[in-house]
Amino acid sequence: MEWSILEQYGPALLRGFGVTVLCWILGTIFGMALGLMIALIQRYGPRWLGWIIQAYIEVIRGTPFLVQLFVLYYGGPLIGLRLDALPAGLLGLTIYGSPYFAEIFRSGFRAVPHGQIEAARAIGMAEPTIVRRVLLPLGLVSSLPALVNFSIILTKETVILSIITVPELMYQVSRMSTETFRYLEANLVLALFFWALVETISRVGRRLETRITKHLIERT
Amino acid sequence: MQASAVDIRKVNKYYGPFHALKDVDLAIPPGKVTCLIGPSGSGKSTLLRCINFLEEYDSGEIRIDGQLIGYEVPGRKMSGRKLRQMRRSIGMVFQQFNLWPHMTAKENVAEGLIRVRGLSKSEAETRAAEALTKVGLADKMGNHPARLSGGQQQRVAIARAIAMEPRLMLFDEPTSALDPELVGEVLNVMKALASEGMTMVVVTHEMGFAAHVADQVAFMEKGELVAVDSPQGIFHAPKDERIWNFLRTYHERNSF
Ligand SMILES: Nc1ncnc2c1ncn2[C@@H]1O[C@H](COP(=O)(O)OP(=O)(O)OP(=O)(O)O)[C@@H](O)[C@H]1O
Ligand SMILES: [Mg+2]
Repeated sequence: MEWSILEQYGPALLRGFGVTVLCWILGTIFGMALGLMIALIQRYGPRWLGWIIQAYIEVIRGTPFLVQLFVLYYGGPLIGLRLDALPAGLLGLTIYGSPYFAEIFRSGFRAVPHGQIEAARAIGMAEPTIVRRVLLPLGLVSSLPALVNFSIILTKETVILSIITVPELMYQVSRMSTETFRYLEANLVLALFFWALVETISRVGRRLETRITKHLIERT
Repeated sequence: MQASAVDIRKVNKYYGPFHALKDVDLAIPPGKVTCLIGPSGSGKSTLLRCINFLEEYDSGEIRIDGQLIGYEVPGRKMSGRKLRQMRRSIGMVFQQFNLWPHMTAKENVAEGLIRVRGLSKSEAETRAAEALTKVGLADKMGNHPARLSGGQQQRVAIARAIAMEPRLMLFDEPTSALDPELVGEVLNVMKALASEGMTMVVVTHEMGFAAHVADQVAFMEKGELVAVDSPQGIFHAPKDERIWNFLRTYHERNSF
């Protein structure tokens, strides 16, 4: 093993990791937001819109991320959607994650006991207020473990963005490998960075979970 | 004769093909306690939930202080806003309490005052504290539901309803989910409420409560309202064989 090349490639790798983290954070936030919107429309929206969304969900879930990204990046310009690599990658991640997030929210909402929603209706609370004050807080709590889990899966999907030249970690690692033939070192660095990221996310996730469920768990 | 607080006339309700309420007629007098009794599946909860339109009835009329609930005119649905307006003055207490677990006792009670009645947070909290004190929970206001016993949770639920200053309170088996030793504290709060002149409709399996606190008792079976009478009349001189059978199985089940 030859670690001295890290002196040369270290800064690029760090920058790449920064881009990876950025893509992951923004992709997760946007994906969750879109997924939440989808879940709410499925619950409250008109039937026909629900069907359209169902079709969208099936198409996205039924195709590989790589293919979606190609279509978006190379096919987009054909319909006037000309994006740089990074925005295209973020949009791709958002779209890719949204059906999974939507599904997580949907089952989270289903886990909210109907009686607690009826109790709000019975005092005359308006439906949007019920969503905001009862359905969302309780639905999010029951969704949290699955949300953390899927956002961890999403970290690893970011490597695919290298294919459309987003300068994230995988991209830098590939460059280093082809320029130096140090495949093993390069990929060990990649693994190490991802391990650190995933470990951090799951730790923060567990903390968050303990904190917000503290009041909800019955004393035994 | 005084006008009824709730007037139920020829109400029918179907769940698909199943006929859950059959031409139900019932007048709820103001300031009085009406208990609904009857075997399981007879339609007591369904009828009670039609009164605040949590369940939609298909035909007939239910009037709250003279105003039709759920429909503008028979057959045409009322707007959501109007329905919510009417629900403000109808309190409901559920068998499973249905408190919001992410809020403290005080927040549970204040929530409706803030979001529905539009009170300021501090005003709502003052009133929530009053309501909780009234049900004997002055020292538990900061507890989340998970840190309260069943009886305490049900009392918070009652406080949540009465804080809205309803004209009518509906109870659906408020003590059925409670351990026997916790039933009394909830019934006592209900008795106090009754003695203040609250109009109450109570679905219950507590025959003792029905016999001693109710002003009138309605007996249902298979979606029909079989009889309405004084507790004396229902429990000691039932005019219908179905009531007699029901009371006999009740006594057999509860004697040892
Ligand atoms: N949402 C529903 N869909 C279909 N059938 C229903 C529904 N809710 C109630 N029913 C049926 O309507 C009938 C009356 O139900 P209801 O809950 O009013 O009975 P109940 O008198 O309150 O009984 P219990 O004492 O067990 O609470 C029952 O046969 C029940 O199975
Ligand atoms: Mg019932």
